[in-house]
Amino acid sequence: MSGLSYAAPTSVDEAVKLLAGASGLAKVLSGGTDLLVQMRSGRVKPDLIVDTKKIPGLIGIREENGSYVIGAATPGAMVEAHAGMKAAWPGVVEALDLIGSTQIQGRCTLAGNLCNASPAADSVPALFAAGATAVIVGGKGRREVPVEQVPVGPGRTSLGKDEFILEFRLPPRPARSSDAYLRFIPRTEMDIAVVGCGISVTLDDKGVCTTARVALGAVAPTVVLVPDAAQALVGHKLDADTLAKLDAAAQAAAKPINDKRGTIEYRVKVAGVLARRVAAIAFDRAQGFVNGKAH
Amino acid sequence: MAKNYVTTTINGEQTEFLCETQQTLLDVLRDVIGLTGSKEGCASGDCGACSVIMNGRLVCSCLVLGVEAEGATITTIEGIAQGDKLHPVQQKFLEHAALQCGFCTPGLIVASKALLDENPNPTETEARYWLAGNLCRCTGYDKIIRAVMDAAAELRGESVG
Repeated sequence: MSGLSYAAPTSVDEAVKLLAGASGLAKVLSGGTDLLVQMRSGRVKPDLIVDTKKIPGLIGIREENGSYVIGAATPGAMVEAHAGMKAAWPGVVEALDLIGSTQIQGRCTLAGNLCNASPAADSVPALFAAGATAVIVGGKGRREVPVEQVPVGPGRTSLGKDEFILEFRLPPRPARSSDAYLRFIPRTEMDIAVVGCGISVTLDDKGVCTTARVALGAVAPTVVLVPDAAQALVGHKLDADTLAKLDAAAQAAAKPINDKRGTIEYRVKVAGVLARRVAAIAFDRAQGFVNGKAH
Repeated sequence: MAKNYVTTTINGEQTEFLCETQQTLLDVLRDVIGLTGSKEGCASGDCGACSVIMNGRLVCSCLVLGVEAEGATITTIEGIAQGDKLHPVQQKFLEHAALQCGFCTPGLIVASKALLDENPNPTETEARYWLAGNLCRCTGYDKIIRAVMDAAAELRGESVG
């Protein structure tokens, strides 16, 4: 029998102490849809599992000064049922909804998707594009960092041994703002992204883009933010010239590998095509987003 | 290492069990409690044969630790019928011959019930996407979808010709 222990602390302090005091490998459990598979295959052999779901605030969505705050262990299905999130952040919601089946949606979380640190994670480009921050707690206290600082390589994060994500914060949403996420897969459901793209924009009353963030998945060791692609959008309407510049910037930022899901050449090309399509959806949605409601 | 002591509610009955941390809820249901209706297909959350409803949400019991069941309310395939009376989803699976080998059937019935609890009037597309996490290698899915749509109609009090 293994010596695997389990704890379900009911406070942040208790959880941090458990993680800090663990003699071997301690793993944080939220939805478990990656962790249990990795344990089963023997890829991860923890000595302690710290289940965060009993900590107050870890499950749920609240509004704070015009921002949405999402508890780290909130299951995908709960985010997708939230009317305010669907109106303000349809791209984040549709990206999260692409993770696995209905059964997976009952458990999977933004924190798990981010900390599993797959380059192809679906919700992560949308979170990068959204300008989301992660509130991280640990032995040295609490810090809030942009989500793009969390994954550092395939399966690796910047979190310390005694740290875990408490919640995500999405910035306040001005009028005429929206976002979108698409991934390319060779079928319609239940697959891993060949390329993923998330874009968030704010437009002025003439439809000119004032701020933009563009992120790509599955084209580098981590999901990447692409400032050049965002720069191609800012100051412009979504005309043919702007789309061509966006496409070129996305392709230039794509540094994928060859694998069974696609070749380097194919992924680079698809990165540009997806960026065009996602920008069109985000611009269209942004035109209709007024007073916190999508029209 | 001491086993975990868990108190939970399964199919309406308060249940206590002991489990190792690495035992999944599916392991516990099948090997500790003796509820063998839930099946192990892939053990990685891809096939849906182990689907159960936990605290109102459809989940793969192979991706839940048994110890996470503490304080939870769980419905397995054994809790879908009311005594001898089959649930309309079960009845329609029989009428439409929506199964061949039957291995995926418990998971599909639990998942279909969860769908109809949440959405009594799904479109065929919604039903197909909802059930995309339940793999069936025999039927080609069409009979399953017909059974689910027919059960939905019956639960809404509509008769379908």
